[in-house]
Amino acid sequence: MCGIVGLFLKDKALEPQLGSMLSQMLISLSDRGPDSAGIAIYGAPSGNEAKITMQSAKPEQDFSNLDAELAKAIGAPVSIAVKSTHAVVRTAPAKVDEVREAIQALRPDIRIMGAGEVVEIYKEVGLPETVVDRFDVRSMTGTHGIGHTRMATESAVTTMGAHPFSTGADQCLVHNGSLSNHNNVRRELIREGMKFETENDTEVAAAYLSSQMAHGKNLGEALEGTLSDLDGFFTFVVGTKNGFGVVRDPIACKPAVMAETDQYVAFGSEYRALTKLPGIDNARVWEPEPATVYFWEH
Amino acid sequence: MPAINVSKALDQSHASGVFDLAEIPLRELNQALHDLTPGSNQTAWEVLNPKGSHSVAVGVDQPVTIDVRGSVGYYCGGMNDGSAITVHGSAGPGVGENMMSGSITVKGDASQYAGATGRGGLLVIEGNASSRCGISMKGIDIVVHGNIGHMSAFMAQSGNLVVLGDAGDALGDSIYEARLFVRGKVGSLGADCIAKEMRPEHLALLQDLLDRAGVTGVKAAEFTRYGSARTLYNFNIDNADAY
Repeated sequence: MCGIVGLFLKDKALEPQLGSMLSQMLISLSDRGPDSAGIAIYGAPSGNEAKITMQSAKPEQDFSNLDAELAKAIGAPVSIAVKSTHAVVRTAPAKVDEVREAIQALRPDIRIMGAGEVVEIYKEVGLPETVVDRFDVRSMTGTHGIGHTRMATESAVTTMGAHPFSTGADQCLVHNGSLSNHNNVRRELIREGMKFETENDTEVAAAYLSSQMAHGKNLGEALEGTLSDLDGFFTFVVGTKNGFGVVRDPIACKPAVMAETDQYVAFGSEYRALTKLPGIDNARVWEPEPATVYFWEH
Repeated sequence: MPAINVSKALDQSHASGVFDLAEIPLRELNQALHDLTPGSNQTAWEVLNPKGSHSVAVGVDQPVTIDVRGSVGYYCGGMNDGSAITVHGSAGPGVGENMMSGSITVKGDASQYAGATGRGGLLVIEGNASSRCGISMKGIDIVVHGNIGHMSAFMAQSGNLVVLGDAGDALGDSIYEARLFVRGKVGSLGADCIAKEMRPEHLALLQDLLDRAGVTGVKAAEFTRYGSARTLYNFNIDNADAY
């Protein structure tokens, strides 16, 4: 089953509430997937720093003194903000690759959730409410975000098997459905040089989009490609640094509802997820068409 | 849920038949509807704040009216047998699934597989219906004021599907003996579904359905009838070698 949500704000006045709005949307879909949950929040760009979200099963041990060790390893300032099992590393944009390598060298058990100028990604095994509380998602501000609550079908119930999946800077994806040609597509992407963390089908979809965008396509064009290149059931909700997109496979078994007002564009697997959004009673509410790409950019 | 809670809820705050789902659990609403007996005086029910709830008013088997004020989630009015349900909003997947008799009217849009497997009664969608509308219908009548999505009336066995707008791709794929009346364009016809002649009995049948669905200003003659070519589900001796 799985439940997915997305919220793209048009009205800056709502940005302080992004985390609480998205959390409420995700929690309302808890019974679509109790295995694990995750959320990606796009904050305001600071202009001169990049963020890397990392996760550890032993956070106290792994994150201890890591800022100083990383700063020493790359010869530049690094700050770390720990939130439960996750931590966000801030550094100069030019230093991101060096920091990633240094993290892997200094703490091999740490897993990188994603990186970029604005995105932060939090995901863990457990119910949406537990995950949201653990990472204090309600207090987060931002311009747009996506979330997922998982009922696992294609791979194990683990932190790394939870969504969102991020395979490129500030890019991430949540998925309701299951892909049937993911092994083939993964092999082709590995040949191109993409790296994979899991056996999960959704990670392949995320990497496919990252690869398409790396070849110069915009978000809309990359999403269009999923319709011919990916086989299986899918409703995808995707975030980029300044964009938000939705696409459903041509059969469109997986449910989807969207709402748009002057203040926001919202996506939910079900209408239940949208009922507490401001102005929902007067919003334009519709079911996205099969095999049709929808995307918005700031 | 202990029965005493239900009767208490009914006696105290719901004597008027108004259930506010912001206050009362859905199970209490459905239990109260299932507890109705023939001849009950409580014939008018109102449901407030459905907010996308699943399974609102499923399995009702008494001739009561139920007005749902807002949008519902999955399976609203499923298995309905005799009640008249009006959704003053939109409906999620499977509205009126396996309806036996009675009526369901959706003032807004309906999601996937509206009226799926329905055996009787009348389902009216005043907005658009999504994919697989009337899939495997077995006697239900469905009238959609707007458009319907792809794969509608897939394996439809009997009953009537009336669409005032357009139909999506693969309409009536593998259809048996249901009748499909479409006023607008059809994206494409599914396997073994063909356009058919509109004879006087079809015009009369369609006009009756339009009248019962409250449709005015639309003439039965504006529709095209589609149905089964009967080449797929009948045994054909020429294909004997294939078995």
